[in-house]
Amino acid sequence: MERVGIPLGVEPVTQRRVVRSEWTKLISLRSTRWALAATLVLAVGIGVLACIVFETRWAHLSVTDRTDFHPLSVSLAGINFAQLSIGVLGVLAITGEYSTGMIRSTFGAVPRRLPMLWAKVLVFGSTAFAISLPATFIVFFVGQAILSGEHINIGLGHSGVFRALIGVPLFLTAMGLFGLAVGAIVRSTAGGIAALAGIVFVLPPIVGLLPSSVADSVDPYLPSNSGGAIWTITPDPGTLAPWAGFAVFCAYVAVTLAIAAVLLVRRDA
Amino acid sequence: MIELRGVSKSYGRKTAVHDLSFTVRPGLVTGFLGPNGSGKSTTMRLILDLDAPDGGEVTVNGKRYRDHRAPLHQVGALLEASSIHTGRSAYDHLLAMAQTHGLGRERVEAMIDLVGLREVARKRAGTFSLGMRQRLGIASALLADPRVVMLDEPINGLDPEGILWVRNLLKGLAAEGKTVFVSSHLMSEMALTADHLIVIGKGELIADVGVREMIGRSSQSSVRVRSPDAARLAEVIAAPDVKVRNLGTDLIDVQGLDAEEIGLAAHVSGIVLYELSPRQASLEDAFMELTGEAIEYRAGEGSASTTALAKAA
Repeated sequence: MERVGIPLGVEPVTQRRVVRSEWTKLISLRSTRWALAATLVLAVGIGVLACIVFETRWAHLSVTDRTDFHPLSVSLAGINFAQLSIGVLGVLAITGEYSTGMIRSTFGAVPRRLPMLWAKVLVFGSTAFAISLPATFIVFFVGQAILSGEHINIGLGHSGVFRALIGVPLFLTAMGLFGLAVGAIVRSTAGGIAALAGIVFVLPPIVGLLPSSVADSVDPYLPSNSGGAIWTITPDPGTLAPWAGFAVFCAYVAVTLAIAAVLLVRRDA
Repeated sequence: MIELRGVSKSYGRKTAVHDLSFTVRPGLVTGFLGPNGSGKSTTMRLILDLDAPDGGEVTVNGKRYRDHRAPLHQVGALLEASSIHTGRSAYDHLLAMAQTHGLGRERVEAMIDLVGLREVARKRAGTFSLGMRQRLGIASALLADPRVVMLDEPINGLDPEGILWVRNLLKGLAAEGKTVFVSSHLMSEMALTADHLIVIGKGELIADVGVREMIGRSSQSSVRVRSPDAARLAEVIAAPDVKVRNLGTDLIDVQGLDAEEIGLAAHVSGIVLYELSPRQASLEDAFMELTGEAIEYRAGEGSASTTALAKAA
């Protein structure tokens, strides 16, 4: 019989070791790599496409179209899609463990469970940020270079632009963590994605149906709207101030994560 | 060492385990038997702290599982349902598990070789056959050199060579002084592998015995006697705790006496014997006898043979 008990250095489980393990888990899934690549392509591709359309059609655009046009918003057109794909990826980062049964192995190695959640927050959060930061700057510079053909571009030094460009990756990262927290609460992929899409995309139009006096006071505080404030360059009266809005969104994420943490420890796996 | 003291667990209104107490000792292979739905998997989940008991206490090597600093070094477990992400390779799965306990690539490589998965180690686990998944699960269980090895149905899906390998592995681990706790529905396999048995039914303890004792205890151990004078012999040996069944004109089956006692009685009465054969109950018989009442999902009455029922369990 083969010897199993070869001498080896088993060490206690620490937060740092769990982070390493979660990093291995994240990068070793082909689906994660594809989804991250898709997020990058969506964010950059759609923005570049939108800039090309505006640049080539500029001469034929109506006055209203021209007044509504904002070079920064157009180059960031892909972010609305990217927020969904990165949110879904956040959901999958945890529901994938439940649907495959991997969670039993994970909890077997880390029975206190919370280190696993914090490790996922750190690993997934930093990956989301590391992907979306360059994507945002690339699409901005490429987009503005295209728009410069009609001299309708905007510079990095323009008021609010830099804040927005930093704000986009922060927003996408927070959205990814929101997805992670929702996934940890719901524990099923389909349910998690439905819940996330419902909160981000379905809630705003529903609020829009309410009497405008109510809708106007609720609308800015919806998760996607409050978070979106940080990369809105021309705030309309109906939105929160950029950092205030982002703080509200972060509070949503923090509360959702806290609920996820409590349930994670209390519930049977 | 695994200790359960008065452990109960319900899921909604369904009681999975009720007031269960037993100890699994080191240095032995302890088989864990029980029909389907008797609470075997629940018990293992409780030991691993995956589920919290409603009452009672479960400890592994003196502590709750979650209170150990290096839990995988205390218990290496293979659970019945797959516990592996189908999108990840065997190698990456083991590496991620190893890293939580400060182990590295060398240990992962060693485990891959141990279970014979070298050729498929870089393939996604989702493409694995059941047998390969079991091997990966066993590699995962042994990763951190655990003091307790707990396997749920480890030979499911293995070929005969794999079954033999697992049998020797378990015996070897027990010989090293480890606690080996293994569930299986294959009684014949348990008879070959286990030293001790814990039998549960409907979530309660039915037996906590050695394998030999369990077989010996079975009322189905009997002696078959062929004699032209079988009827007279039956009268001669008649006693309150002796059961005689007629199997033919000259054939009887005797329970409660051993072959020597019957042979002697026949000799004293001058009865000729053509055949005197002791029949050892199989572990399967003993198991069926013990759990007969506890089988929750009985197969269609009449149609199912004893063996079929035991297999289903």
